[in-house]
Amino acid sequence: MKSAETPLHKVQGLGASHSGTGHFWRTGVTSIALIPLSLWFAYVMLGLVGTNEVTMVQYLAHPWNAILMAAFAAISLYHMGLGLQVVIDDYVHTAGTKIFLLLLVRAAVIALIATCVFALIRIASV
Amino acid sequence: MADLPQKPGRVRPLSPHLTIWRWQVTMLASIMHRATGMALSAGAIVLTWWLISISDGPEGYDSFMVYAAMPLGILVLFGFTWAFAFHFCNGVRHLAWDLGYGFDKHVASNTGFLVIAVSFILTLAAFALIWTGHAGYLQ
Repeated sequence: MKSAETPLHKVQGLGASHSGTGHFWRTGVTSIALIPLSLWFAYVMLGLVGTNEVTMVQYLAHPWNAILMAAFAAISLYHMGLGLQVVIDDYVHTAGTKIFLLLLVRAAVIALIATCVFALIRIASV
Repeated sequence: MADLPQKPGRVRPLSPHLTIWRWQVTMLASIMHRATGMALSAGAIVLTWWLISISDGPEGYDSFMVYAAMPLGILVLFGFTWAFAFHFCNGVRHLAWDLGYGFDKHVASNTGFLVIAVSFILTLAAFALIWTGHAGYLQ
């Protein structure tokens, strides 16, 4: 019986990289988002240097600041995962180690995003 | 790929790597972009630690500051600041390339020197603000 699969679907994901331009695109989009967020982050870090814990809690408990910090942390960490994936792809050539490290990076990204968001919610609810 | 079996006794040629080329600023900036990106992954862990320490109350924050205020801690934070400034500036350079701008040989070299210089200026400016008492303005 003739397969209903289209010729395009049969070859999708079969190139040397097993994927198309998605990785490149996500790196670019996250880096554009990180331009204003990084400038804001630098402004906040300089503004909080040398202050005490009470000031930091007050500042980070404000909804806009909490949301921007969560966005900065989450998008940075996602961008980090994309970058570390390229490093692993380039330098690790043993299939088992490579898959282990790629999964480890993804797990670390999710765990760190969750931890940052948890900390920010905790700060805001004191 | 090393996981593909090779016939014994037959050493296949590898493409030339880092050691064979004369250093160029474009190559240096490219290597630095990857190195600072990897360093900033450690920075992301410190950022997470900082946020958790604040959420732990004054004692939790003190436990972070014990390390952050040490000479070694300040040196590490100086390093993260420079890595952040460089990765930011060179990232903008990469985005310009993605849009098709600045790929001309001499332009790429000049912007390479530029982002390295600007990254150091921004880092020194940030620490100058801190050491002259102009930071901490959100209090």
